[in-house]
Parts: sequence; structure tokens; C-alpha cells
Amino acid sequence: MLCKLSLKNIRKSFKDYAIYFFTLILGVCIFYVFNALESQTVMINVSLSTQKIIELMNYMMNAVSVFVSFILGFLIIYASRFLIKRRNKEFGIYLTLGMGKRKISKILLFETIFIGVISLVVGLTLGVVISQFMSLLVANMFEADLTNFKFIFSESACIKTLIYFGIIYLVVAIFNVVNVSKCKLIDLIQSSKRQEEVKMKNPILCTLVFVVASIMLGYAYYLVTAGASILDEMVMILIPISLGTVSTFLIVWSLSGLILRIVMSVKNLYYKGLNSFVLRQISSKINTTVMSMGVICLMLFVTICVLSSALSLKNSMTQNLLTLVPVDIQLVKTLDRNEGSQILIDDSKISIVDTLEKGGFSTSDYLKDILEVTVYMTNDIIVETTLGSYYNEAKVKYPMLTYSSVESFIKVSDYNKVAKIYGNDEISLSDDEYVIVADFENWANIRNEALKLGTTINILGGEYKPKYQECVNGYLYMSGSHINTGIIVVPDSALDDSIREESILFANYNADSDEDKERIENMILDLDKNDYISNIELDASSKISIYGASVGLGACVTFIGIYLGIIFLISSAAILALKELSESSDNKERYKMLRKLGTDEKMINRALFKQTAIFFGFPLLLAIIHSVFGIIFCDYILSVFGNEKLLASIVMTALILLVIYGGYFVITYTVSKNIIKD
Amino acid sequence: MKDILTVKEIEKYYGTKSSLTKAIDDISFSVKEGEFIAIMGASGSGKTTLLNCISTIDKVTSGHIYVGETDITKLKGNDLNKFRREELGFIFQDFNLLDTLTAYENIALALSIQNVNASEIERRVKKIVSDLDINSVINKYPYQMSGGQKQRVASARAIITNPKLILADEPTGALDSKSSKKLLESFNYLNKEKNATILMVTHDAFTASYASRVIFIKDGKVFSEINKGSGTRKEFFDKIIDVVTLLGGDVNDAL
Repeated sequence: MLCKLSLKNIRKSFKDYAIYFFTLILGVCIFYVFNALESQTVMINVSLSTQKIIELMNYMMNAVSVFVSFILGFLIIYASRFLIKRRNKEFGIYLTLGMGKRKISKILLFETIFIGVISLVVGLTLGVVISQFMSLLVANMFEADLTNFKFIFSESACIKTLIYFGIIYLVVAIFNVVNVSKCKLIDLIQSSKRQEEVKMKNPILCTLVFVVASIMLGYAYYLVTAGASILDEMVMILIPISLGTVSTFLIVWSLSGLILRIVMSVKNLYYKGLNSFVLRQISSKINTTVMSMGVICLMLFVTICVLSSALSLKNSMTQNLLTLVPVDIQLVKTLDRNEGSQILIDDSKISIVDTLEKGGFSTSDYLKDILEVTVYMTNDIIVETTLGSYYNEAKVKYPMLTYSSVESFIKVSDYNKVAKIYGNDEISLSDDEYVIVADFENWANIRNEALKLGTTINILGGEYKPKYQECVNGYLYMSGSHINTGIIVVPDSALDDSIREESILFANYNADSDEDKERIENMILDLDKNDYISNIELDASSKISIYGASVGLGACVTFIGIYLGIIFLISSAAILALKELSESSDNKERYKMLRKLGTDEKMINRALFKQTAIFFGFPLLLAIIHSVFGIIFCDYILSVFGNEKLLASIVMTALILLVIYGGYFVITYTVSKNIIKD
Repeated sequence: MKDILTVKEIEKYYGTKSSLTKAIDDISFSVKEGEFIAIMGASGSGKTTLLNCISTIDKVTSGHIYVGETDITKLKGNDLNKFRREELGFIFQDFNLLDTLTAYENIALALSIQNVNASEIERRVKKIVSDLDINSVINKYPYQMSGGQKQRVASARAIITNPKLILADEPTGALDSKSSKKLLESFNYLNKEKNATILMVTHDAFTASYASRVIFIKDGKVFSEINKGSGTRKEFFDKIIDVVTLLGGDVNDAL
């Protein structure tokens, strides 16, 4: 009997529940799809280093999923409480008829179970279908061949989804029961009669708050763009974030009062058709929903930034590699050690090629284009020294940076050999000149200031002046991104063996096919187990490993970004939709009245459309304005990974936004239209 | 004077063939321009159904209703809306003011949905507001007004479009006697000075006594009809009470 009643209730209030269902299904579906990634990554053929990253990604996915389940949990509880509130009168009638609270709780429990089961079944089915398409994306992201495409059903993801959502539904059920047991009959019956007081905000106060908030926001924008250099300390970043957050709420609050005032003063606009009605509707709502509007705006902002940055990160990371990893392998060894085991000390006097040969690795057989250069360092010369008189200013401006690290030197002849195989510009120096090579933009800028001042460097008794007023673009050590903070190139005569520090070997594999190259790579990796070389500290960076790591890391960040972005988007859109729908059912009477006055159906629909559009558009608009600056800032932070054009990823983001946010908008409008019709 | 409203042999049935309820069973009457008519009857007598049919909120099962030259039983869709907003004015028992709008905006809304321009709206609202003596409340919201004030604002909204016919459904139903009196005096003013035609449904004899003619309805049929003639309101009230008594005390809350 109770079962039947709850089934009927769901069917009856399906209009109200449509958005709830939609959100649940979407939530389940996305949760499954991203947790099923693990089983998809198993399928693709990737190198060892990429596999490591994939492991990391799956691990992170698990952690993020916990976070996501909390967000979804809150969303679902919010939504269900919302729907329960709409049915207060119904419960009131049950109670007056003598039905116990326990029975009402049971009805709610049945409903939650029904809705839970249906949403899980539909969501999982949809998820399984979509995750098949994800395989293609996974393969593409990890730049692997999808050699054997087959239908995958991830049992673990399915079970995980069932468990997580089971818990969420359980919590929802408990919440509902607690809610019902707490409520009083009189409140339930009268709940629909309460009328909200319409308060007009003081326009002067609104204007004042708006101006203050705009200034705050403007300053926050300035901080993250033009003034970004100030934000070198992690704590400093909290300033624009908190400024932005507070000012967002203030702007929503003040604008809700101001817009009405402004439009009211334009009488021809205000008294046109249903404009006065629409505006009053919105402002009466915004009055009470400043908090949620602000939160939604911020969530949308995070979504847009995360999505557009995540989508571009992968591209820029892999794009960089083409120029950053010009040779197959680079080995680095410390020279002239005087600590450690005897074998280590002895080995540090010979070249890397000799070390390899001693370890039984034939360099002539497996390597070609071999080049070995020496890097010099002395404890006397640290970054602080080479910045000269600019150091004091730099220390104030960028307090977070380390200035005590030892500088690296290289002979100009050695550097030119490296530059040649790297495809960088070669350098010619007079006997008293030096040049700094760097490709980490922020550091290069700091060094440029010192170079402009003509800061001289004293090394081993000689004094050298800068040849150029700025750093030369280039690097020595291979890495997945532009992280060379500066290497000083000096005339050959400036350095001698007393300050030798490192030897670097550059080489290509003596092989043509990818398989052969990978075979040689594995041989080098296996040298770790070699009797001799296992004692030596030899750092290897290879094209294959850097490539794999970068591609993997890019893909990993992208997936997590998309996951979080979409969940945030769904949450904010769902909250908006639910709010708007409940408004529509509250406003049924008002629309009925408008009809009695003889308003055209078209005019009413247009009014409803305007209302919904403004409600959805307002936080989005503010979020987009935020995002313009947010993305610029993300771009600045991520510039380490290379400045890729963001356009493509912004278009993608807009597309995702259009589909999900727009989808919610369309559903909300359509359902609202139906609600006010009867 | 010409007929503003002609109700011709209308019937309204509810339910299916097996269980038929005749809410209106062959009612005919007509209202002349500038008349103030009250329709009286007990709960369930069909008076509200009659009003709903005239106001095009409900449809008749058979018969015709003419407002001016138009047969409103033949109107459909947007023509119906157009007719409603241009030819009719409504006053409801529960005021039906939009609680988010001020009194001024509520009155203005009736004009703005007819796309009247803002300056014209302002001029007309100012005029009607002073006529009905609601100057003090025009910037207030419904929840800040008394019932009587709300109902006079609703009356202002009904009259401002210069409708052919004002329909009032139990306008004093939610008002105390003092407010009722004031509202009915406003009706009289609108009727006498503005030549407004008013059709009012009520079960209250006192309210009905302000009209110039009262039609009594019982079980969906016209029971009787009395005219005020040249007598005073008090005399007319006594006449109404007589008919109510005749009706069998159905209108038990006549006073």
C-alpha cells in the first residue's frame, strides 16, 4: 500500500522530479565513466613511464572521486530536501488523516529506493555506453594505438558507483526521515501560505557597495594579470582569491537591488508588457538567493578556468617536447668527488663514455652523435652574486625565490656544440664577456634586470661583463618543460679543471625503428643492475621517458580537470534549475492571475523565458568576466609548460558549458512552462 | 440604452453522462450599459459558475453569451485573451493582486499588457488613484495594505482599462463591514460617475443592496429578480431579505 502510494507520488510529481532525475543520472553516469578509466588504460599500449603515470592517475582519480562523491552527496541532499519541502502540504494531509510519522518516513524511504534504483540503472547503462567512447579519448590522450578495441565493462567502477551512491542515498533517506520527524503539522499545512516580504534595498547603500565591490574586484583582476609578479608567495595568492570571492557576493547583492532601481527609472522599459512583473519576480528571488547565486557564480568560474586550462595543458605539454627533447638520451655524472666509496671517487675522474665502457656497454655500437661537455661550479658564485646590485630589489620583489643556489658555468665552445645539436643559436664571446642562457621566462626576466645594469662576474680571478642586456634563450639539461633558470656561458679561458662539477653526455640511439630504440633504452635502464655501474650515480633523461611522462601527466591532469569541471558545472546548474522550478510552482497563482487579466500566452511564455534566462545568465556572465582574468592567470602560472594558444580549449569549454548548462536551462524552461500552464 | 451583456439560454454541465451535474440550467438575462447588477444565491447555486462563464474563464455547454456584439462563447485562444484584457475588468474575493508588485505597478500592469505607453499609463493611474482615494497606498506592497485597500486597488486595476463590463466575484467576501461599505461606495461612484457596468456575484444581502437590480439564482436557475427602482438602499435591502427568506433560508448568512 505504502509502496503504491510512493510510486504514485513519484509519477504524479514527475515534473518536479525531472531535474532531480536528470541530475542523478548524470552524476551516476559521470562517476562511472571516470572511474572506469582505469580499465580502459589497461588496454592501451604505452611505455613503462606512461604506465607509471597512469597508475598515478588512477590513484588520483580515486581520491578525486571521494571529493566528487561529497559534492554530489551535498547536491543530492539539497535537491531532495528541496523536493520534500514542496510536498509539505501532502505530508500535512497524511498527518491530519492520522498517518504516523513513521509511515510517512517509510513512504519517503520507498521513494528514495525507487528513485535510487532507477537512477542507478539508467545512469550506469548510459555510463557504460559513454565509456566506450572514452576509450578513444584515452588512447588519443596517451598517444597510444588503440590496437584492439573491444567492449569494456568495468566491474570495479560499477561496484564503486553502486557503493558510493548507495551511501549517498542512505544519507538522503536518513535526512528525510529526520526532517519529517522534526516537522510540526501546523507548519506543514500552512507552509504554502507564507508570504515573503518584499524589501527594497537602500539604493545609496547598494551603489556604495557596488562601487566598493567593483574596486575590490578590479584590484583582484589587476593582481592576477598585470600585477601577477607580486604574487610569488603562495599566501599572496589568497589575496585576489578572497577579494574576488567577497566582491562576487557583494556585487550579486548590490546589483539585485540596483538593476531593479535602474530599470524602474526607465519608465518606458519598466512599464512595457510584463517587464515590471519579470523584474520584480527576479529581484524578489535574488534578494533571498544572494548566497546561492554567489556560490554558483564562483563554481562556474572554477569550472570554466579548470576546463579551459586542463584542456590546453595536454597540448602545450606535448607541443613543447618537440623542441625540448632533441636527443634520445642525456646522462649526467658528478665529477671530481672526494666523498663516498673508492669506486665512486675513482670513477668521478673519468668521462661518462669511459664509465659506460667500463660497465660493459658498447657506446660505439649502441650510441651515435655522442657529445660530452663539462659544467663548472664554484661555491663562491651563487645567484645572489650574479644578480649584483639588482639582488636587493629582486629580494623584495620576489621574496619566495632562492638566491643561494650555486651558478653553473660552461665554456662557450662546449655550449656551441650543444647548441648545434639542440638547434639553438650559437654564441661568440670576447675574452671579457659572458652570456646567460635561460628559458624559464620568469627567471630570465629577473636576470635581464641585472644584465641591464651591466653586472659583472668575477670568476677565478677574471672579471667579465655581460655581452647582451638580456638572456639568450636556450638550455642544457633536457626536461619536459622550460625550467632552465640560467646557465652562464663564459670564454673557454675563464674556466679551469679546479672547479669541474658535472659531465653531461648527449647521444642518439644507434637505431632506426622505435622498437630498436626502446631496446637500447631498456639496456641503459638495466645498467643500474650492472656490477660496476650500480655503484655510480648516473642520471639519465631520455626522450622516451620524458615524452611518456609528459604525455601521461598532461592526460592525467586533463582527465581530472574535465571530471571536476563537469561535476561542478552539473552541481551549479542543478541548483539553479531546482530553484527556478520551485519558483515556477510557487508562482503558478501569479501566472494564473496574469491569464485572468487577459495576458497572451505568448507574452507569458516570453516573460518566463526572460526570467529563466536572466536567472541562469546572471551568474554565468559574472563568472565569464571572472574567467577572462582567471584564464590569463592560469596561463601565466602554466607558462612553465609553454604558452599554447588557449583558443581551442576555450571553444571546447564553451561547448561543454553550452551542452550541460544550456541543457539544464532548456529543461528548466520547458518544465516551468508546463508547471505554470495548469 | 443598449444591452452590454446578453446571456441566452446557457447551460453548464459537469461530469459524465452517467453522473451529470447541472451547474447552470437554462439561464437567460441581459444587462444594460451603466447598470449595477448583483447575482445572489447560496453556495452551490451556480452563481460563480455563471460568472466564470461570462468572464470566459469557463466554457458553457450550450447557449450564447454576447458582450456588446461579440459572442464570447465562440472566441478562442488569443482572441479570448484580447477580449478579456480589453473588454472585461475583474475583481476577485481574494483580491488577486501580485504580491511582488506595488499598488501602482499592479494597476499599471493591466495597461502595460495592452502595450499602452508609460506616460499614458502614468496619467491614467494617477487619475483613477485619486478617484478611488487610494493615493496613500500606491507605493505599498499588497502585504502592507488592509483588505479594503487591496480591494480598492483591485477595483482600480479593473476599471483602468475602461472595460465594457466589470465582473466582481464576492468582492466583499474577505472584508470587514467598514471596508465593505467603503468599497461598495467606490462601486457606486464608478457606476454613477464613470458609467461603469458592474456585474457582481455575492451571497451577502447588504452588499447586494448597493446594486440597482438583483438576480436570484437557485439550483442553476433564475429564481427571481428585483429592481431597486426609486426607493432607498434600506428599502431595497428589506426587499432582498424578503426574497432571501422566500428562498428558504439558504442564504443563511445574509447579515
